[in-house]
Amino acid sequence: MSPATKINWFRFASPQSFYPLAGRLWPLFALLAAGFALAGLWVAFFMAPVDAQQGQGYRIIFIHVPAAWMAMLLYVVMAAWAAVGLVFNLRLASMMASALAPTGALFALLSLWTGALWGKPIWGAWWVWDARLTSTLILFFLYLGFLALQAAIDDPRRADRAGALIALVGLVNVPIIYFSVTWWNTLHQGASVSMARSPSMAGSMLWGMLLMVMACWMYAVAAGLSRVRSIILERERHADWVKDAVAQSR
Amino acid sequence: MQWHSLGEFLAMGGYAFYVWGSFGATAAALGIEAALLRARRRQALRQAALPEELMP
Repeated sequence: MSPATKINWFRFASPQSFYPLAGRLWPLFALLAAGFALAGLWVAFFMAPVDAQQGQGYRIIFIHVPAAWMAMLLYVVMAAWAAVGLVFNLRLASMMASALAPTGALFALLSLWTGALWGKPIWGAWWVWDARLTSTLILFFLYLGFLALQAAIDDPRRADRAGALIALVGLVNVPIIYFSVTWWNTLHQGASVSMARSPSMAGSMLWGMLLMVMACWMYAVAAGLSRVRSIILERERHADWVKDAVAQSR
Repeated sequence: MQWHSLGEFLAMGGYAFYVWGSFGATAAALGIEAALLRARRRQALRQAALPEELMP
């Protein structure tokens, strides 16, 4: 490849050049999220058949599973950005970790909330101290711990390092959540979708769920990119380019 | 199409509270986050526009 056509990806590792890029990208992801959500909700409520055992109550699956997957996935992505920020001393990577944490915490809370609303009619209990539920509650507390720790430290780079530590230590919880239904005898049902075998559900149910997962995923990217722009402005407020950017946005 | 009326759709086969409680809470949570993101951006812009000596 000639030097002229080569894209310098490291250029986007600086907050100054990432700020406008994120500004162009987040509305695109928000639009994708809305499109996937509309399609997913249509399939979830109008195409997927009623469940033989759980009646219409099973339709909670279309929001519960995507929320739970996103809570786990966002934690891994957050920890990865935090690790990159720690190892390569890259400010923008640490800012991405901080930008994803609130959205991840929100999805963890939603997976617990929708799980409670599903558990009550099916199991007869809002909450049980089951391995899957307990490890998801710990995931929620890990997000809150990350956010509280970062909020308590004034120096942003020290906050980044402390946050990275808690994010990386907490990473051990993610496989525990994922495999909890096979490692322990739990009330929570096993995986409905697995790489090893064909899914144990009707095609339209699977499609509805995958569309909703995509919607949540695109939403999380949009929220993360939007939030990282504010974090960049907050942290780089003394830089000249920020003053120019702010002047332009007025 | 499996619903014969709007009322039947809203009733969700007796699971209305649980199904709409899940989807409604999710919609509300994402809406609140979007509002918080907007507020944070406005706050960040306001702060960055301050003269250097007034900046925290």
